[in-house]
Amino acid sequence: MDGRSITEIRKDFPSLTLSANGKPLVYLDNAATTQKPFRVIASLKDYYERSNANPHRGAHYLSIMATEAYESSREVVRAFINAWSSREIIFTRNATESLNLLAHSYGMTNIKEGDEIVISILEHHSNLIPWQQLAKAKKAQLKYLYVDSEGQVKDEEIYTKITDKTKLVSITHISNALGTVTPVKRIIDFAHEKGAVVIVDGSQSVPHIKLDVKALDADFLVFSGHKMLGPMGIGVLYGKEKLLEAMPPFLFGGDMIEYVHEQETTFAELPFKLEAGTQNVEGALGLKEAILYLEKLGMDRIEAMEKELTAYAFERLSELPIIELYGPRDLSKRSSVISFNVKDVHPHDTASIMDAYGVAIRAGHHCAQPLMRYMNLNATARASFYFYNTKDEIDIFIDSLKNVRKWLGYGS
Amino acid sequence: MDLNSIYTELIMEHSQHSHNHHHLDCPSHSMRGHNPSCGDDITLELKVVEGIIEDASFTGLGCAISKASTSMMIDLIKGKSVEEALELVSVFIGMIKREITDEAELEVLEDALALQNISNMPARVKCAVLAWHTLKQSLEEKE
Repeated sequence: MDGRSITEIRKDFPSLTLSANGKPLVYLDNAATTQKPFRVIASLKDYYERSNANPHRGAHYLSIMATEAYESSREVVRAFINAWSSREIIFTRNATESLNLLAHSYGMTNIKEGDEIVISILEHHSNLIPWQQLAKAKKAQLKYLYVDSEGQVKDEEIYTKITDKTKLVSITHISNALGTVTPVKRIIDFAHEKGAVVIVDGSQSVPHIKLDVKALDADFLVFSGHKMLGPMGIGVLYGKEKLLEAMPPFLFGGDMIEYVHEQETTFAELPFKLEAGTQNVEGALGLKEAILYLEKLGMDRIEAMEKELTAYAFERLSELPIIELYGPRDLSKRSSVISFNVKDVHPHDTASIMDAYGVAIRAGHHCAQPLMRYMNLNATARASFYFYNTKDEIDIFIDSLKNVRKWLGYGS
Repeated sequence: MDLNSIYTELIMEHSQHSHNHHHLDCPSHSMRGHNPSCGDDITLELKVVEGIIEDASFTGLGCAISKASTSMMIDLIKGKSVEEALELVSVFIGMIKREITDEAELEVLEDALALQNISNMPARVKCAVLAWHTLKQSLEEKE
């Protein structure tokens, strides 16, 4: 574990010293994407200066370097989530592509008319639309696990909606809109009892907590590199080897084949079967460096740092009568995402005014329109923390929030 | 960015106490305008009689900028012909896109001229133009 102070840790991130609109930047939009440490940025430059070639193809020096960069990244990802084999790690562009790959390859092959697919109302559009469209194409039924007023998936929903007809459950681990931590282990265990396969959307959990696919017994796990210090354009699909083995390729082309004849093709083995064309090698390498950075700091320490920040922010927000808070009040059931509104103020005005104070937050429906409709919310403002945020930044956030209503002509 | 140039008194007046925020009795046109990414969702109602916009109003939810822009637009188009209203839409959009910068040319926009500074806030441009696009769509669809 890395025992350095937060002041030292922040020095690893060049963008954290930026100013925004003349004020020190307070970056609280980490659920959208995170800032990058020098180590990750340097690895991209270094790759193009010293190792660039097309991997898996040439016998020459640089191609071997590129292959080594790409494949060593796969092994680092494997170890990070504790998968059995690096054959189970497929590189994609992001969690969205991983989910679309699953819907096309696993879904189109395994879902039949009359089958049921179960997701929760918390899902990001990327874990909703692929299943909605698959259900339409296959005349299957898409069912939702609904949540209580604090955004928690209700137990009775799990035990009534997942049935013997359920073939697939795809569930977010942590809601990007409300910060709710879902009872993912309970869902996986019950779905397995019913014979269903479970996909976990780890986009908001893998960057923040130690996730072990063996302990969780998830059949598939998806996440994006850019939400965990890595570059944009690299994502991961983990799948149990026997499930991936049975899946047909998603995209056809170079690097994913064995023998190609005029009328027939045999495909490469895992993981290459599911990675067509020249891959994002520098992205994979950047993700490797990001994971090594997170592991050096320690996922336990990251979780503890974020818990402290979230508890502090939640307490300070709760003291403000002008703030409406959404999501769980029990802090053990929420992550470092806080959704809120300033009374009488549209969240887009809130975000614009906060921006003038240098504070970056998100406003809108957070790519979860069905959830917003279900919770009877038009839109919310969202602050989301990462381990590099500080209590001082939360103080600036709170002080800025106190000014929002004034700009819109309200007394306080 | 200077918030003073955006959240002006005139914009606050139009967004918070708009006299145009209500339903019409028998509208001839009703068109919903929606910014899916942020949740601005307004419905514009018009009463057009023989090519003249006799009355107009709006309902729905939105941020201060989208509501103020809608209300200012309604003040402007009441009593105008459909052609005049469409011309005003193109002047307003020209102003926001900074294609029209001549103050004399922009004067026809009256109160809505106060939204000129929105062009300095790229993230909020779509809030300001929502009502105007909705008006254009509504008038052109009925033609």
